[in-house]
Amino acid sequence: MDTLIEGFQEALKLLISLDREVLQIIAVSLRVSGTALVFSVLIGLPLGTFLGLANFPGKKIITAFLYTGMGFPPVVVGLFVFIIFSNAGPLGDLNWLFTTRAIVVAQTVIALPLVAGFIMTAVMGVDKNLLLQLRSLGVTRVQMIWTIIKEARLGALIAIIAGFGAVISEVGAVMLVGGNIQGKTRVLTTAIMLETRQGRFGLAIALGLILLVITFIINIFMLNLQEKERS
Amino acid sequence: MSITYKLENISKIYDGKQILNIKELEFKTGEIFGLVGPSGAGKSTLLRLLNFLEKPSSGRIKYNGNGYLDGTLPDLDQRRSITTVLQRSALLHQSVWKNVIFPLEIRDIKITKAKSSEIEELLQYLGLYEIKDQRADKLSGGEAQRVAMARAVVFEPDVLLLDEPTSNLDPSNISIIEKMIQRYIKKAGKTIIMVTHNIMQAKRLADRVGLIYEGEMIEVAEKNKFFNNPERNLTEKFLDGELIY
Ligand SMILES: Nc1ncnc2c1ncn2[C@@H]1O[C@H](COP(=O)(O)OP(=O)(O)OP(=O)(O)O)[C@@H](O)[C@H]1O
Ligand SMILES: [Mg+2]
Repeated sequence: MDTLIEGFQEALKLLISLDREVLQIIAVSLRVSGTALVFSVLIGLPLGTFLGLANFPGKKIITAFLYTGMGFPPVVVGLFVFIIFSNAGPLGDLNWLFTTRAIVVAQTVIALPLVAGFIMTAVMGVDKNLLLQLRSLGVTRVQMIWTIIKEARLGALIAIIAGFGAVISEVGAVMLVGGNIQGKTRVLTTAIMLETRQGRFGLAIALGLILLVITFIINIFMLNLQEKERS
Repeated sequence: MSITYKLENISKIYDGKQILNIKELEFKTGEIFGLVGPSGAGKSTLLRLLNFLEKPSSGRIKYNGNGYLDGTLPDLDQRRSITTVLQRSALLHQSVWKNVIFPLEIRDIKITKAKSSEIEELLQYLGLYEIKDQRADKLSGGEAQRVAMARAVVFEPDVLLLDEPTSNLDPSNISIIEKMIQRYIKKAGKTIIMVTHNIMQAKRLADRVGLIYEGEMIEVAEKNKFFNNPERNLTEKFLDGELIY
């Protein structure tokens, strides 16, 4: 019990004093997951929109892959990324393993099915009658797609937030490909793991609280958006 | 009088079933054409073909003198001179104002001060001005239908296709929309084709009326002749309410 109370006291001290190491870890986490999110949206938005709109023979299979990907164990993604960037792997020469780049790649792969899948669902949910009406009003193909994305904006936003929530709190893949190198690839989740193991509960609790706050803000944000859409 | 549409041997087949079969039919520039017929007769389908939203299975649609055979489509400018107010109004999840100016935006038409006050006047006329900043997906049926009308006329299409524009509306909404229709047709060179279930409405608004039944045009006539002196037995039955619709 005492260790716990001490841990909390230590955590508060670290947070209030804006401890450099804590700030550094937060910065790496946000930067890496933010970058991964940008990449997954850059790929997932057009991909999800396309899958939501187009009809072609292989669509079912791709959709099935996407849904599988949404529930794919992140640590397995980490494993594949590890293999690809390892010395023996096809991209080994890049020397990305144990850098933030490898983490960005892994997190992009983890977030992509979520982002693309949610966007696909949102796009498919746009009223078919509205699509007919838009054509009747004279939209070009590009204007049509853009308008559909705007109509699906709530779903798209949820997709993006869900993607961020998934990668910021993920630990297995980051550990594998990032290596948890202090000052370089150490992020919130891997730091918590390490500090807990070493019995430095103060730092672990401080980082845990921050991770909680981040995911809490994400959820508040999401709820607000949904409410705004409805009212 | 010039001809807006000329249909030749139009047929439309869905899932092997013939839904439309029209030997010939003309719509004249400047007229309000009332299209009547029982439910499932093919009225909405015909409007989709006239708006070039779907291709006929065979036959030719001539629009403004150009022939479109077997599903070739007019160019974008031509298609953009036609619009439909659909049976079930479909508005964007945006403000009323944004909905109404949507057709102008996609045409890259600048909304100048003059244009803006013109639109405001239109909204006043339709009783929408006070709610112009409200979200369009939260409106009542009557309001939504009036927004759909405003959005359709704001860019002054040559052809206005109306699919039961007043069904399920109360008398005051009906009268606003009917006035709007009459006001619009006074602009030179416009054509209105209106599907209606309401025979009184066809009597009030239309210049000519056509009865469609099981995909075929049974009778097309000038309004008074259609209602007072129809040639076909089916038309009489329809007017007597003996055709289920
Ligand atoms: N996309 C489609 N696929 C298959 N069948 C269709 C399609 N669209 C319409 N139909 C069929 O074509 C027939 C005519 O439909 P349409 O909507 O044109 O009738 P309508 O005269 O507008 O009827 P209502 O007065 O009820 O609106 C109906 O039997 C309908 O089921
Ligand atoms: Mg219909």
